[in-house]
Amino acid sequence: IPCDRGGDSATPDFKGFTLLMPAVSVGNVGQLAIDLVISTLDMTKVGYFYTDCLVPMVGNNPYATAEENSTELSINAEVYSLPSKKLVVLQIRSPFIKNKYRPFCETLLSWVKSSKCARVVLLSSSHAYQRDDEQLLGTPLRYLLTPDLEKAVGGRMKELNWKEMEKVAAYPGISDTDKVLHIPGGGITKLLFTESCSEGIQMAVLLKFCSEGDNIPDAFVLVNYLNEWLQLIKSEVSTVQSKWKIPSSWRLLFGNGLPPALF
Amino acid sequence: MATFFGEVVVAPSRAGLDEEEEAREETPEDREIRKEIEKKRYRREIDVLWTWQAGGCAEEPLVCSRFIVAIGRNAAAFLSSFILDSVCWEVVGVVKLWNEWCRTSSTTNVLPTDSFCLFYRLISDPTVLLCQCSCYVAEDQQFQWLEKVFGSMQKKGLQVTILSTCPVADYKTQESTLTLVSPFLKALKTKEFQEEVCCPLLEQPNIVRDLPAA
Repeated sequence: IPCDRGGDSATPDFKGFTLLMPAVSVGNVGQLAIDLVISTLDMTKVGYFYTDCLVPMVGNNPYATAEENSTELSINAEVYSLPSKKLVVLQIRSPFIKNKYRPFCETLLSWVKSSKCARVVLLSSSHAYQRDDEQLLGTPLRYLLTPDLEKAVGGRMKELNWKEMEKVAAYPGISDTDKVLHIPGGGITKLLFTESCSEGIQMAVLLKFCSEGDNIPDAFVLVNYLNEWLQLIKSEVSTVQSKWKIPSSWRLLFGNGLPPALF
Repeated sequence: MATFFGEVVVAPSRAGLDEEEEAREETPEDREIRKEIEKKRYRREIDVLWTWQAGGCAEEPLVCSRFIVAIGRNAAAFLSSFILDSVCWEVVGVVKLWNEWCRTSSTTNVLPTDSFCLFYRLISDPTVLLCQCSCYVAEDQQFQWLEKVFGSMQKKGLQVTILSTCPVADYKTQESTLTLVSPFLKALKTKEFQEEVCCPLLEQPNIVRDLPAA
């Protein structure tokens, strides 16, 4: 599966950059959060993934702000960068084609290694209805770190008072079983995380428990969570929500206007 | 998730990943078996057959200056009604495929109600190619279609025009689609397309899917 880089002839160098990407997961929260990041930081598109693993789609620039920048085509997997913050972002806009998610993960991780990204931050979500009693209380946000990244930033997570994603019993109801990582509704999150652990890739997963519905508020919560750590935008305690710029493509997420004749 | 009537159903999730698919750890043996079953019963390979291949001559990339692709029954019918005729156009290729929605064959003698995917060449200018694709190309076959069709072509200086239709109900706009005057045309174009487009561009947040998108 080719993983091309279109765009300029000079291949951008991502050495030491942080790769931020979403998992296609419940409520599409990761993807919505990424949209907010790209839109707010006004990131430049530097390339795309030419892959047969995702359902094809195409449209005009989803981050258009005016007539002039609204006619650039946009497809299902594109890469944006902001060198000043050493940030590179991958946005995924369509679901995986059946049986193709594994090849995609493999190709993605080998691209991460070859482009020498320092670390990967994966934004994701998990089914809220699968929480246990303890998880129902307190914050719906969780994090995970691969062992390599744990050494580097584990301390920061403790300072921020973040909660690590709990492992669950492999066989619920039987008390002595092994504990395993279980991320229902998380799409490729678990696979990417476990592969990164075994391949020594520094990866952090940030996820929120949520349900399908209007997931825009969930996206804001997740992106603010990310911001506590990475400080992508300045956050003042009271006005944090208004600092993120909503992209123009979020219009009409829940359908068109209604015909007047209905009333 | 509990529905209004009290029964519990599994809600389809936008996560798009089958829970079963994710949980099932495949052994190499399982993978082999799955591949064999898929190959035999659900053949997802598509074959692009060009008329000159039958002669057994070496496959050179087709020199093409303009390639017009009509996807879907409506677009295909448009070409049949207004463009194609047996005097100016000759059939040069066919796509043979199978999926859950349709099957095409390698015959070039088709009825308008059949599912087919045929390629025509303008006799007076053999670099002008036309494709009528009235069959549905499944999502896992779209990339393959793309690679096999465009793989046979020399792409330098090639201009591609894709004709397709979408239901008006899918069009996202501030007003209700009930009051929209339809049918109407919208376009998407790449940066490299410098000519004038004959209709307005597709506004956000509308998108195009399937083979036209691929």
